[in-house]
Amino acid sequence: MDPALITPFIKSVQNVFATMLQLPVEVEAPKIKDKSSTTYDVSAIIGMSGDCVGSVVLSFELESALRIVALFTGSEIQSDSPDFADAVGELVNMISGGAKANFVGRKASISTPSVVLGARHVVTAQKDQPVIILPCVTDCGRFAIEVSIQDQTESAGQTAQAAGAKA
Amino acid sequence: MKILLVDDSKTMRNIQKSVLAQLGHTNIEEACDGQDALSKVKAYGPDLLLVDWNMPIMDGLTFVKAFRQDDKTTPIIMVTTEAEKSRVIEAIKAGVNNYVVKPFTPDLLSQRIQETLAKCTAA
Repeated sequence: MDPALITPFIKSVQNVFATMLQLPVEVEAPKIKDKSSTTYDVSAIIGMSGDCVGSVVLSFELESALRIVALFTGSEIQSDSPDFADAVGELVNMISGGAKANFVGRKASISTPSVVLGARHVVTAQKDQPVIILPCVTDCGRFAIEVSIQDQTESAGQTAQAAGAKA
Repeated sequence: MKILLVDDSKTMRNIQKSVLAQLGHTNIEEACDGQDALSKVKAYGPDLLLVDWNMPIMDGLTFVKAFRQDDKTTPIIMVTTEAEKSRVIEAIKAGVNNYVVKPFTPDLLSQRIQETLAKCTAA
């Protein structure tokens, strides 16, 4: 995956958390998701379409999510409340929206988010698409952003190149 | 002053309500998507609308276009994650008076509300 599609997520998560929660985020070195990767308790998922197609997942352990949502909304919300899912969904919405605005030369749209709750669940992306994990550390706990995006402009260029080579 | 908040996220509506309360505005109606907003505008008669873009059922841009067919003057502020310049231009062409990109600070939202109301009062 093009690093130019990953860097905007690092900047965006730091901007969203600093602006809305006054909470600094340290983003550790990105890594590729494999079978040994961590499971989570809360995940907010958003789809991306247009020049960049795929998904963005914001995943937390329950304790981190509860603390971060409390900071975001200004009140302690139980994880089974619809307001809890709403808040987590809005975070992935802002992070993805901010990131896509900084995709150079690519236009993308985002879907409305979905939120999954359940101990130790795993979110699986498309089979042939690598998932880049951005581990994030805050004073309220750890979370991760999982980015799995295919650059359609690059695929179109490769297809055109292959067609040119065949001709 | 009557203000209609149109956002599918209750969290964002609550944050906006708290900024509006700090500005002394408490007469607030809420809608969770464009269609819900369209069903409320006639009866409520808002003096200002804060509208999100990405919403299920009817998005904010479609709502603004529909609303502007009958009402050319009531100020609308788009409050959205859509930050690209092309999106801002699209929203302004549809009839939006001002634009706030999420994430925002309470100060920024407050400033945009005040400048929008001042411009519309002066016009």
